[in-house]
Amino acid sequence: MAVFSDTIALIGVNHKTASLDLRERLACTAGYEGPLAALSRLESLKEYYLLSTCNRVEIAFVGDDVHRGRTEILAALFAPRVKAAELEPHVYQYEQSRAVEHLFQVAASLDSMVVGEAQILGQMKEAYRIAAKTGGTGLVLNKLLHKSFSVAKRVRTETRIGASAVSISYAAVELGRKIFGDLTNKRVLLIGAGEMAELAAEHLLNQGVASVVVANRTLERAVSLARRFRGSAIALAELQGQLQHVDVIISSTGASELILRKEDVRRVMRGRRNRPLFFIDIAVPRDLDPAINELDNVYLYDIDDLQGVIELNRADREREAVKAGRIIAEEVLKFERWLENMASTPTIIQLRDLMEDIVRSEVDKTAGRIGATSMLQQEALEKMALAIASKMLYHPLKYLKAEDHCLSLEERIHTVRAVFDLDEVAEQAQPGGPSHA
Amino acid sequence: MSFLLFQASLTLYLLATAAYLVFFFKERAAIRKNARLLFILAFALHSITIVVRYFEAGYTPITTRHETMSFFAWSLGCCYLSLCWRYGVKNLGAFVSLLVLMLMGLAAFASRATVSLSPQLQSGWLPVHASLSLLAYGFFALAGIGGLMYLLQERTIKRKRFGLFYSRLPSLETLDTLNHHCLSVGFPLLTLGMITGSLWAKQALGSYWRWDPMETWTLITWLLYAGLIHQRFTVGWRGRQAALLSIAALVVALFTFWGVSVFFAGYHGSFF
Repeated sequence: MAVFSDTIALIGVNHKTASLDLRERLACTAGYEGPLAALSRLESLKEYYLLSTCNRVEIAFVGDDVHRGRTEILAALFAPRVKAAELEPHVYQYEQSRAVEHLFQVAASLDSMVVGEAQILGQMKEAYRIAAKTGGTGLVLNKLLHKSFSVAKRVRTETRIGASAVSISYAAVELGRKIFGDLTNKRVLLIGAGEMAELAAEHLLNQGVASVVVANRTLERAVSLARRFRGSAIALAELQGQLQHVDVIISSTGASELILRKEDVRRVMRGRRNRPLFFIDIAVPRDLDPAINELDNVYLYDIDDLQGVIELNRADREREAVKAGRIIAEEVLKFERWLENMASTPTIIQLRDLMEDIVRSEVDKTAGRIGATSMLQQEALEKMALAIASKMLYHPLKYLKAEDHCLSLEERIHTVRAVFDLDEVAEQAQPGGPSHA
Repeated sequence: MSFLLFQASLTLYLLATAAYLVFFFKERAAIRKNARLLFILAFALHSITIVVRYFEAGYTPITTRHETMSFFAWSLGCCYLSLCWRYGVKNLGAFVSLLVLMLMGLAAFASRATVSLSPQLQSGWLPVHASLSLLAYGFFALAGIGGLMYLLQERTIKRKRFGLFYSRLPSLETLDTLNHHCLSVGFPLLTLGMITGSLWAKQALGSYWRWDPMETWTLITWLLYAGLIHQRFTVGWRGRQAALLSIAALVVALFTFWGVSVFFAGYHGSFF
């Protein structure tokens, strides 16, 4: 059957299936262009889109051989860095409506580490924009991604899922309270400027922290951020000295190696008279030496650790998530219907082509026989024949398009194709596809 | 009379402890209020018990084992109540009431007979020296409990496994402040207790210091706490180290309080 035979598939790893360490190695730290170019060279993919955040790396694609697509993608994107055998157990794979559902869930932030956080939608839009610009997406993925954005919006407005989730910021404040008791008079140091870090700083400011210090590789950016928080800016080289004076450190640089080691922090603690230090490392790959956590009065949390904190307040959000799940199920059904209509489209086109072919050849024959040589006469004849053909086709087409039918679409397509002997016709018309004669 | 009052306050402590424990597990604010009310009632009744016993026995009732246990429980309750208005230390009540109940239980099992005091003890120094020392131990016990809670909470935060204690225990800072406060009140009290004891010894026995086992061990306890406080104020020892040392010092203090009288003979021994 020549129905829409391509499969929508999605493969990837996220914070649930892969450790931070593995995600660090998989993340596309150098931007999307390179990986997308690698994907464009794969012949098994008709459409593709790539999303890489600190919590997930996902590829959605359309192709007729999912297995081949998967193997090729994993090889093209990660082969030199991560061996297939190491990666395989962590990769999830969804197809068709499950893939659609997953994409909707990700967009609506139901699959996030912090259910309901809003950053993921922006990240997806950005990933889609680049994939679309480089020609990766086509009819199906364009529709699917646009749909997932509108689903996310619907979930956000119809449920309270985003209400209490300010992701990392939330966890930072919650933990900060358990360590410092009171956050007023505490000082925050931002190392590197990412969206997540800025959000966290803002949240901490709302909780009454005394001031924010920003350290960044480019001082200019640090200064502009510091101005926003009415804090001060320092250069990365001054970091050590600053540790004396701050209490909460949020690190999110794009640096590929550690910027603070255990020894650096140990030296500072004496001067601090052991006042506690709370490090939050939201960078992937990590900025801070995990051994820092072993020091007395020093607490270090990376992205994976924060998950544990967030778990605690999840019960409320989970109730809303059920509601959101229903919305998503609804939208998945709608999208499936759209896909199905996509499936019937080739049959409809073929049927129309067939009718047009018959009409043309019959009009030619008749015109010759009755001697209707003028254009006007031929047109009138053709018009009449087409009208009859369309009227005859009206019911079969309606039968194909009808939404609620007791027969499945596949069966209906099959019936129509059998009645009109379309598969036979299609074969004869090969290799050029249904011809217009 | 004091017997009945003691039984009644013991029962109330039991109820208060039960309520605190229910609050610990269920975390409902209403239960906490009731628990505190019960504890205050028990404490009030306990205070009356001690006063009544004072009149019944005709001497300050910090003399026999039963009396010292009971008074120690009372001073711990006193320290707790003096603190809980100033610092809201979440669920400290559960730990404190449990210890108070244990002490009251020990007191209940000790002989409750009143004794006739030897002439040495019939002195105005007795209530001053004994109550100051026991109040000091009350604060140290509280510091020890705070230390234990600190270690539990710190472990949770370090290991990042948020189980039973994370939400139920207060912040590390609160617990460290509690430690600081208890030490800075308890230590001067202990010092005063030692000075009054020494003055009393001079009066009753002729010399200030006799290296009696009790005195020696008290000196060791005093030095431990002095060291801890010194480190806190100079180097900034805090948190885990302070918590561990407060617990260790409390163990030594408790040994001084009970162990010495069991293992060594000395003039203090006969009182406990």
